[in-house]
Amino acid sequence: MPEAPIRERIGILGAGKLGTVLARLAVAAGYEVRIAGSGDPKFIALTVDVFAKGAQATTAAEAIEGAKLVILAIPLHRVESLPVDAFAGRIVVDAMNHWEPVDGPLAEYTEASGGTSSIVATKLPGARIVKALSHVGYHDLDAHARDERRIALGIASDDVQAADAVATFVRSIGFEPVVLGSLAAGRALQSGSLAFGAALEREALERIVVEHLGALK
Amino acid sequence: MSHLTFGVDTFADVMTDQDGKRLSDAETVRRTVELGVIAEESGLDIFSIGEHYRDDMLDSANVVILSAIAARTSTIGLGTSVTVLSTQDPVRVFHQFSTLNAISGGRARLTVGRASTTDSFPLFGFDLRDYDELFEEKLELWMKLLAGGPITWDGKSRPALTGQTLHPKLEDPLSTWVGVGGSPQSVIRAARHGLPLLLAIIGGNPARFAGHVELYHRALEQFGQPTLPVGQHSIGLVAETDDAARDAFWPVWRAATERMALERGWHAATEESFTHEVEHGALMVGSPETVARRIADSVEALGLSRFDLKPDIAGLSYEHREASIRLLGTTVAPRVRELVGAMESASA
Repeated sequence: MPEAPIRERIGILGAGKLGTVLARLAVAAGYEVRIAGSGDPKFIALTVDVFAKGAQATTAAEAIEGAKLVILAIPLHRVESLPVDAFAGRIVVDAMNHWEPVDGPLAEYTEASGGTSSIVATKLPGARIVKALSHVGYHDLDAHARDERRIALGIASDDVQAADAVATFVRSIGFEPVVLGSLAAGRALQSGSLAFGAALEREALERIVVEHLGALK
Repeated sequence: MSHLTFGVDTFADVMTDQDGKRLSDAETVRRTVELGVIAEESGLDIFSIGEHYRDDMLDSANVVILSAIAARTSTIGLGTSVTVLSTQDPVRVFHQFSTLNAISGGRARLTVGRASTTDSFPLFGFDLRDYDELFEEKLELWMKLLAGGPITWDGKSRPALTGQTLHPKLEDPLSTWVGVGGSPQSVIRAARHGLPLLLAIIGGNPARFAGHVELYHRALEQFGQPTLPVGQHSIGLVAETDDAARDAFWPVWRAATERMALERGWHAATEESFTHEVEHGALMVGSPETVARRIADSVEALGLSRFDLKPDIAGLSYEHREASIRLLGTTVAPRVRELVGAMESASA
């Protein structure tokens, strides 16, 4: 008799629009999912039960502990309030954007020549940062998971193994992973790029990334 | 569905004449008053004005426009879509709306929200990092103000209140809804305060908000609140035929989304995405029958008690808006009630 597969655990920080969609997709893909809001888990328990049944509402510390991937789906300015030490050695998916309508202009991110994730990386030293799950809107992720013609999601990291782990996750929740060469290449997934806010297939995404990075040089 | 109310929402979006020439700001404001009067003539239940601080939306002093409409109407509800409570002083909002309520014989309504465009934050010196906290605190104060009587309150966002009573006192209750754009926390907040929920559905299939409605009803139950109504706000245009509606709407929609794309760094609408939104998504653009069927589907999927159409996009002519409002009131609303009635008897 084959052994039951050990379910990998995904930690999601942020129980808003994006966090709850990702939790639902991850549960559907068979992951053990822990999700945390900014406060007491009881405040998000009902939300999680409605939008991501099967995920466990928990604290940030418990969501991070033992997780194969930790996904950051919080407003960018809240990065300052994360428990930095808990991220050491973890693969951390930066699914956040510098989104002025929500965050206001945050100068250090506006001026980040290596992209906003490079700034996040400096705030979480020791974490293996991967920029992903950030450029397709939460409603498109919800509507297009497992589309026959897979929607492509860009993955940008300087850590090849971490990027690979995120690619596996992306594939398992029903999207086509497109791994970019470096964390800085994630600039092609940010606001201002044609990839931002668009649900595209692989070829179109790859073309936009090449053109965008070419234009930045 | 015992009662289904229909409303018009506007941001006093800049109007054009029939030749596409931009009207002066003052003229757009005056004609917004006209549209309120027409909404009542057309049998609609509520006319609501937003709050923005932009060159293409002229609703910065919505309560002033509502007062003018109040003076020329007698039955229609006069609401907001939405009042950005986060960057206002709730005490002043109370003064304005209790006055509007007095002028109009109890027809003032509010929908409060955190805002989707955030121009009011820098304008009034607020930090967007306090986006949520400001709303939470001010909504709590607002609830106390609605209760009337001497107010004692202490918070971070305005000076403390120590037993003041606000005047004019409310002769009629001031109905307050919460407008939300999809954040689960906002849905729960509305339930916690026992306030009706208005869903701003401006993209994608409205049925995808069924989870929000479930969350809302379950949260109401958890907080020991009574069952409360849920409404939908969507953008659209009603014209005599589907083609006429699409032909009028598409050029201004394209221009509006191109502008938003530049501001927010995302995609403008394509003709393909527009068609998809009209046929399956949240844009209520078409003939009275088409729009009535789309709305009836939403009413059914989400258990709606209220539907507000925003037949305004910057650049759309006054004439198109007027026609749209007339058709909404005289043709679409009765047809939706008929369709929903038929669905209900079929399932009974």
